[in-house]
Amino acid sequence: MIPPAFDYTRPTTVDEAVRALADGGEDAKVLAGGQSLLPLLRMRLAFPELVVDVGRVPGLSGVREDGDALVIGAMTTHHDVIGAPLVRRHAGLLAAATATVADPAVRHRGTLGGSLAHADPAGDLPAVVLAMDAELVARGPGGTRTIPAREFFVDYLQSALAPDELLTEVRVPKADGWGFHYEKFHRVAQSWAIVGVAALVRRDDGRIAEARVGLTNMGGTPLRAYACEEALSGAGDAQAVARAAQEAADGTRPAQDTSASPKYRAHLARVLTRRAVLTAAGMG
Amino acid sequence: MTHITVKVDGTTYEDEVEPRLLLIHYLRDRLGLTGTPIGCDTSNCGACTVELDGESVKSCSVLAVQADGGEVTTVQGLARDGEWTGLQRAFHERHALQCGYCTPGMIMAARDLLRENPHPTADEVRQGLEGNLCRCTGYQNIVRAVLAASEEGVTA
Amino acid sequence: MTETVEREVGRARPRKEDAHLITGQTTWTDNISVNGLLHFALLRSPMAHARIERVDVSAALERPGIVAAFSGRDLAEGLASMPCVWPVTEDIVMPDHPPIAVDEVRHAGDPVAVVVARDRYTAADALEAIEVDYDPLPPVLDLEAALAEGAPLVHADKGTNRCYTWPLKTGEDFDAVRQRAEVTLKRRYHQQRLIPNAMEPRAVVVTPIAASGEYTLYSSTQIPHILRVLMAMVTGIPENKLRVIAPDVGGGFGSKLQVYGEEAIALAVARRLGRPVKWTESRSEGYLATHHGRGMIQDIEIAANRDGTLLGLKVDLLVDMGAYLMLITPGTPLLGAFMYPGIYKMDAYDFTCTGVFTTRTPTDAYRGAGRPEATFAIERTMDELAAELGLDPVELRRRNWIRHEEFPYTAIAGLTYDSGNYEAATAKALELFDYDKLRAEQSDRNERADTVRLGIGVSTFTEMCGLAPSRILRDLRYVAGGWEAASVRMLPTGKVEVVTGTSPHGQGHATCWSQIAADVLGVPFEDVEVVHGDTKAAPQGMDTYGSRSLVVGGMAVHHAARKVVDKARKVAAHLLEASENDLEFTSGVFSVKGSPEARRTIQEVAFETFSSHDLPDGMEPTINAEHLLDPDTFSYPHGTHLCAVEVDTETGQTRIRSYVCVDDIGKVINPMIVEGQVHGGLAQGIAQALYEEAVYDEDGNLISGTMADYLVPSAADLPDFVTDRTETPATSNALGVKGVGEAGTIASTPAVVNAIVDALRPLGVRDIRMPCTPERVWQAIEEARS
Repeated sequence: MIPPAFDYTRPTTVDEAVRALADGGEDAKVLAGGQSLLPLLRMRLAFPELVVDVGRVPGLSGVREDGDALVIGAMTTHHDVIGAPLVRRHAGLLAAATATVADPAVRHRGTLGGSLAHADPAGDLPAVVLAMDAELVARGPGGTRTIPAREFFVDYLQSALAPDELLTEVRVPKADGWGFHYEKFHRVAQSWAIVGVAALVRRDDGRIAEARVGLTNMGGTPLRAYACEEALSGAGDAQAVARAAQEAADGTRPAQDTSASPKYRAHLARVLTRRAVLTAAGMG
Repeated sequence: MTHITVKVDGTTYEDEVEPRLLLIHYLRDRLGLTGTPIGCDTSNCGACTVELDGESVKSCSVLAVQADGGEVTTVQGLARDGEWTGLQRAFHERHALQCGYCTPGMIMAARDLLRENPHPTADEVRQGLEGNLCRCTGYQNIVRAVLAASEEGVTA
Repeated sequence: MTETVEREVGRARPRKEDAHLITGQTTWTDNISVNGLLHFALLRSPMAHARIERVDVSAALERPGIVAAFSGRDLAEGLASMPCVWPVTEDIVMPDHPPIAVDEVRHAGDPVAVVVARDRYTAADALEAIEVDYDPLPPVLDLEAALAEGAPLVHADKGTNRCYTWPLKTGEDFDAVRQRAEVTLKRRYHQQRLIPNAMEPRAVVVTPIAASGEYTLYSSTQIPHILRVLMAMVTGIPENKLRVIAPDVGGGFGSKLQVYGEEAIALAVARRLGRPVKWTESRSEGYLATHHGRGMIQDIEIAANRDGTLLGLKVDLLVDMGAYLMLITPGTPLLGAFMYPGIYKMDAYDFTCTGVFTTRTPTDAYRGAGRPEATFAIERTMDELAAELGLDPVELRRRNWIRHEEFPYTAIAGLTYDSGNYEAATAKALELFDYDKLRAEQSDRNERADTVRLGIGVSTFTEMCGLAPSRILRDLRYVAGGWEAASVRMLPTGKVEVVTGTSPHGQGHATCWSQIAADVLGVPFEDVEVVHGDTKAAPQGMDTYGSRSLVVGGMAVHHAARKVVDKARKVAAHLLEASENDLEFTSGVFSVKGSPEARRTIQEVAFETFSSHDLPDGMEPTINAEHLLDPDTFSYPHGTHLCAVEVDTETGQTRIRSYVCVDDIGKVINPMIVEGQVHGGLAQGIAQALYEEAVYDEDGNLISGTMADYLVPSAADLPDFVTDRTETPATSNALGVKGVGEAGTIASTPAVVNAIVDALRPLGVRDIRMPCTPERVWQAIEEARS
């Protein structure tokens, strides 16, 4: 199918981009890699008046260190995130989860920032940045602000970004020494996760000292399984992990759709959390 | 209308295009390069895969304006003076195509795969081609062809 | 004496077809462009069922670049109802089916208006300016409820949703057999709706010469010849002024064995405007507009003795026709009617099929067409019976199948199977599969109560291929014949043109027909070109579907080539001043017995015939020949498929661990092509078992409406297959060939489902509805536990 007509601008600085967004108001859409937006346009599920293509704004891609954090440009493609040595070293969970996103061609175009701003709870990366306690940096007419991941995902396909704000970078605390695993459950390789579990585990003296569990597609937004995380703390064996994982679906409100029922999703969340945590903890 | 300059299969084109024009429609309807087909509207099938600046992309999910200043290689730009690339030969010799509709995208995706991973296992080939659907072959001969090209040291 | 040296037949020739496909020098219908070409787009109903109160295209017409716009009523004049050529019973209900809806829409996606524009973008935009008022009517979705008294009707004027009921009773009375049986088993199976998903979406181009009333219709079709006849009838364009071309066609799997409304609309619009027009469906549009496959409830009852001896089979089908009868909608399930007993001997067979109208996209042939459904039902039931009797499923089959020495064998449904060797194929499959070892691992996992269980699925099958003897088609009330045409032309330069009535779209006919002709004529493979898919160049044909092409069309090529040799022999004998009986013909050379220096190549004979300076008295100056072959009987390929799956009982996820199939398709022309056909068929059959389903909501909306929702498996989702063959030649044709296009699809679906149920049987699971999604598997385990 064929996208509806729109006006197009291709700013060359962040300020220009923000100005364009401010001028466009609610009817402006940011085009990053386009891998979420273009299918929406083609199905005529979105009708922006103005598309602001930030693909040529310098400085929005790449990975750098800033003390205890990695700073990943919002326009860094999935392909480049997976291949970045800094990401592999300090944010292995993000690299692993990104490798499960869509397929290689989509990963060449799709960007980290685009995936997060799209705020699709079925996307793999929102739950991951949530589990990593990342911060999202946005620029608007009033300047720059930093939004913790746990405040960024507001509702289904809705982020905390104002219409005139541009996501510029993602700050991911280094997870050195944490075990990690992303457990994605889907029916065919390129379909969305029915449920995904992002697990980060810090072990101390053979026990789980701290665990963070992010859930993909278990509600209108990506979620943290806080009750489960708490129960995992101090777990010293597989049985303890399994017990804690029983709480993984607590407080979630998964959707009913063609690929699964809420009940099954809740069940999967528990099973997959156990598996993800055991793998992350090296207890599997 | 937006002015774009795109090099496609070695030739530079300048055009005025609507911003919404998909790269695949630019190639097919404006340039007449119909060797790359369209198989879906959700970027699942991969039939339209081309290279943009050296990386595989689904040209149904790229706007022509996004390719401005870029270089596109399609299946039509692979053979040189009628000489097929190793992957094209391998697809022929291993019977990796039947109706052939997915073949241009499959070959472009396989090129990308071998560039990133010149010696993949069969499983890596299957994973690497996850974004390209074929309804005729059951994929087995496609996997064989890519492995055969890899063994011959072919990365294009 | 004519001696054919088999140089080409049996050889794994890389295909002639490939060169243009791997270099992008293709002619898909959407690639075709001519000066002045207009594009049309169709506005489709968003509702499953509604009366059309008003269609207003005036706002669309005012847009720049819009050349014309039509409602269904605007186009109705000059277009007849779309054809169904298989009225399976005398009292079948055949509703009116306008190419574009006029008064009522009957499925989501039914077209209601057309816009014609200078380009496809302009056309797509203008659809939004068309106003339609619908008065909703109740959807009809449940097959059983649709037949109940007072149910809302899809076609109110017909007074019923029942399309037809078609019975077949053979052998003893089933009820009597049931009485004496020691065991009876009843099962209900659901064949979900499938979307064929040929990779090339459909497209149509019409180029008219308005002044002389001539039209060329390019279409992504499997059936250019049938399409021409029927389009002439629907549009009133004289058949001899209508040329149909199937250019490069990107797969069909039955979905392009169809005559579509868009083809009629394209002709109507081109006729109105006197301009060339194009329509190309998008994938999601195709999900609504291109026919679906399967869609059937199967009630099966089997009667047997405790030793496993089958006594009888009762089959009761409810089949979802969808909203209208397309080309062979009613007949599709009946292609399976004769196959439910499969390869087994029994005393009674009782089959009934009822077609039901619903407010969904029409169904029609999809790879296998009736035969996969039949094989699924009997093979699933055989596994259930084996479990009931405590027999190994292979052993149960062995006790019942037709033994190789019993061929030719007239099976219970009345068909005479000419040849086969089920023992040999099964023995080979078991060996390749390492059956005993896998069974041992299975018991081990069961004993350990492993969370990952192993299951083994068995499926044997035969199918009827080579559609079809025209007299049998008459008996089945199919309107047309089942013959195929070929002609072979020896050109003056010694090159050969084979003209075939088959219409390939991935099968490799150009290569295989070249192999057949090269052998008969003794010419190089490279010297043969195959002409097809254009009613002007290949004027006669019945096209490609149902594993018929080789058995009917390929054999027609063989016979036509033999006629060429016979004619050439007369010329050669004349030139060599010898008697025809004294001539030998080997590898393309006629020579006189005993004097090998006296020789003429067939190419020389072709040139001598062209010059015609010295032909036998009274001989026409040609050695070209044509052959129309109407087969005497069907062919019966068979095979044994074995599948091992691992089922994760915690998540319900199934992984195919190994898949072995041994098919017997008789003599093989090109083993490489055959293997490819089997691979592709397996993928489609496995996809039915595990992944694919056209899902509708309670309002009749297709909710698996894009490729993101309808799960066509990728390379990453399928295993490597082990494929092998046994070779029991067909006795019904000179080459001994049987057909292979559908084998993999037919046998693999039950093999996979049998394997999953086998894995979970110790947990109490008896069946899982297709597709066996992880959730359904998990639910089945949960239910069995509680």
